[in-house]
Parts: sequence; structure tokens; C-alpha cells
Amino acid sequence: MTRTEIPEVGEEIPAIVRQTGFHNWNRYAAVNDEFVPIHMDDEAGQAAGYATAFGMGNLQWSYLHNVVREWMGERGTIERLSCQFRGPNLKGQTVTGRGRVTAVRPGPQRTEVDLEVWTENQEGKPLAPGNATVSFPTPA
Amino acid sequence: MIPKSHISAEMTAAVGREFGQRRSFPISESDIRKWAIAVYYPEDPPRLFWDAAYAATTIHGGIVAPEDFNPFAWMSADPPGIRHGGYVGLEATLGVEPPQTEFMLNGGLEVTYGTRMRPGDVITSVSTLTGYQERQGRLGLMLFSTQLDRWTNQDDVLVKSTSMTLIRY
Repeated sequence: MTRTEIPEVGEEIPAIVRQTGFHNWNRYAAVNDEFVPIHMDDEAGQAAGYATAFGMGNLQWSYLHNVVREWMGERGTIERLSCQFRGPNLKGQTVTGRGRVTAVRPGPQRTEVDLEVWTENQEGKPLAPGNATVSFPTPA
Repeated sequence: MIPKSHISAEMTAAVGREFGQRRSFPISESDIRKWAIAVYYPEDPPRLFWDAAYAATTIHGGIVAPEDFNPFAWMSADPPGIRHGGYVGLEATLGVEPPQTEFMLNGGLEVTYGTRMRPGDVITSVSTLTGYQERQGRLGLMLFSTQLDRWTNQDDVLVKSTSMTLIRY
């Protein structure tokens, strides 16, 4: 995919939606060697102060990348990305990754775009809010 | 008993010290493919991450890894060997008495990206302890430690620079 027009401030980028639980977390544990009890065992999650086991912050991090990547296309570059892990991704939650354009800096060759990005649970509560800066070839 | 502080003078003195250097095995297409499958599940991952013929037609000229890919999972080439017993605290690596905390969470990440990781790349990571803070939270006295991880490839080109916050309580 290649962007064909310069985005506008306020533009919402397409969301991704994941039903989360052990089917996601175990796959991520397998590739990131992240077999930590709080991510695999409800009792361990409860001992840590949560209602159930909960997903890896690093997987929320990956979801934020997926959201940005899908929107900017293969010719785009993620220059910077940050997030805070504010809430636990508990078992059974529906997690949605979202983003919104906050600044646009068109240049002769490349356009830089700042984004507010976040994941949220099914109640709209932010789990991993953050910011990104991407660049892509300036559309003709 | 709730401690007055998790941060000892020894820990404070260690701020600024390098505490870890690792070198990855060469990244394989299989590593990238499996990572992409896991982070996109249940959707199919983009072809850029698994279809070499397609990837060759893109601006990247071949398969690249997702920016969030971890080439150090399971085992590094140097130091060699798999990890046993889970997380090894940064204080232990520095030879500092660790804080008496029971749980650890990832507090947040700030990353500046450089060049993409590709099949065959060998990544070197150098980690530095950059600070400690603490404050009271819902679950007690929370310790926030920050570290800077700098990854470069075999050509000494920056792949990414990551500031990570660990929360312990």
C-alpha cells in the first residue's frame, strides 16, 4: 500500500481488534520466550493483584506497531514510537488498537506525521496510550 | 512490612553503568515469520514478513522484520546459553544487592528507530541503567527503573534505541 494523499490533523486511522486470552499470549510467549506465570496462570495474576492472568505489555506494543504499519503502508517508516502500559489486558478482553493524526509536516521528499496511538479495552479504557512519528514519501 | 525505600545508596551509585551486552544469532526468515504470525494472530501477517518473492518487489528489496521483533528471544550467541529461572534483575547483573520486590511489570517504552532488521543480520545490544524513581501506588511502594538499550547491526548501524521503564513492587 502507498499513501496517495497527505493526511489531515484529526484523521482517525483504521483500528485493529483482537479478542485476547491465552490463544494470543501463548503464541507471543513462544516467539518472545515470555513464559511468565502472570501471563499464563490466573492464580499468578490474582497473586499480583489482578482479576485474572494478563497479557504481555510487549504484545500491546506490537499491536501499536501493527496499527501504524497498516495505515502508513510499506513505504512508510516508523521513526519513533512510545507508550505507557497503564492498564492490564485481562483474559477475555476485546482490545482495540487506534490512532489519530496530531501533526503533519510535509516536505519535498518525505512527509512526517505525528500520531496519538493507543490500545483500549471493550469499555474504551486505555491500556497502552502512546505517540508515534512516521514518515513516508510525500504524495505527488 | 512496607519498606521506606527500595532505592539503596549502592543502587543510586550504579546509575549510568552499562550492565549488559548481548549479540544475537543471525536472524532467520523463520524467526521473522513466526514473530509476525504471533503478533498478527488471528489475522495473516503482511506478506512483507514471510513472502520473499513479494518482499523483493517492495521498497525494502526483501523480507524485513517487524520493528518490534526481538532477535534475542530464547538464546543469544554471546553470552551463550538459554536463560534459566526467568528474569535476572539488572541489579544482580551489576553486582548490586537487588531491591526486595516480588512483582515486575513493564511500565513503558520509548523507541527511536534506525535501519530495519533483515534475515542474516546479527544484532548487538548494549544496556545502560539510566535511573531509579519510586512512588506509592495501589499495590504499595512502586520502584521505577529505567534503562537504555541500544541495538546495532553487524555494520554498526543503529537499529533502535529503547528507553524502557520497569515497575517493581
